[in-house]
Amino acid sequence: MVGTAVPRRLTWLLAEVVETIDETATARSIVLHCPGWSGHLAGQHVDVRLTAEDGYQAQRSYSIATPLDSENVTITVELVDDGEVSPYLIEELRVGDRIEVRGPIGGYFVWEPDLGGPLQLIGGGSGAVPLMAMVRARVGAGSDTPVRYLGSARSVDRILYREELERLGGEIEGLSVLQTLTREHPEGWTGLTRRVDVAMLEAHAYAADEDPLCFVCGPTPFVEAVATALVALGHAAERVKTERFGPTGG
Amino acid sequence: MSTEAHVDGNVLGGMLMEMFGAEMTDRRGCCGDCGAINTMGSMHVYVDAPGDVMRCPDCSAVLLVLTRIEPVVRVNLARLAWVEMTAD
Repeated sequence: MVGTAVPRRLTWLLAEVVETIDETATARSIVLHCPGWSGHLAGQHVDVRLTAEDGYQAQRSYSIATPLDSENVTITVELVDDGEVSPYLIEELRVGDRIEVRGPIGGYFVWEPDLGGPLQLIGGGSGAVPLMAMVRARVGAGSDTPVRYLGSARSVDRILYREELERLGGEIEGLSVLQTLTREHPEGWTGLTRRVDVAMLEAHAYAADEDPLCFVCGPTPFVEAVATALVALGHAAERVKTERFGPTGG
Repeated sequence: MSTEAHVDGNVLGGMLMEMFGAEMTDRRGCCGDCGAINTMGSMHVYVDAPGDVMRCPDCSAVLLVLTRIEPVVRVNLARLAWVEMTAD
């Protein structure tokens, strides 16, 4: 567990970009090789620091999208309009470039196979990122924890990791994947087509008496609405873990 | 209650770790105004201000303000009454 009181110095590491993956038109995964990386758990995040030629520095926090993989750390960055850092990471950064990272950070919104389940994952927009790390950790560990993934996106082309999630949902026993689209959906769409609400959770999420461990991540209004709905359905507040991020500052 | 867009205290996890030398997002802190006790990761954080402002989720009191005027980072502990260094 990460909840130990052992002081650990958090130092900036110089990481090299070893791969970039365009996930959607507005999101990109960046695989960073971080020599000296101390390891992490699914759900944790990293701080990224960029330094301009004139010494100006900008720092942001990004969720890690993959479980522990030696010294490689993958983040997925969603473009924030008028952002200061995300346009650079998505449009300018190239394989071989170096950026500073420090982490892992976070002791609350984390999952590891020993924590069991069943696991109810609910993500809005790029709130999918830490949840994907949990799905990948569960699959990679060969864990038999039952998992239900419910993703919410504006439109089909904004769904993160869509193909991988669909594939895993079809292949992996005990893993179900469902997506809901809130603004527009293509003809023939077989998923859901509205915002996550009490009725949707009642129909598609684990019931409170199944005592799932719930992880909810996304923009603040999304997280507030989903967490409130889960508690209204009888889920114990301490079994509903939340992480809120905003469209600001990116 | 504040209605502006906020994120949660997890976003300051790195800065808190730098300040306290340990993972702090799952540690409890107490508001000096209303006495509410919450984990640091669940506090409300406003990052659009000139600095990063952490507020009590229950009464909105300013608990902590972080400002960066390079190369100085200044931490104002404001109304944070206490914070635990070990997880409960």
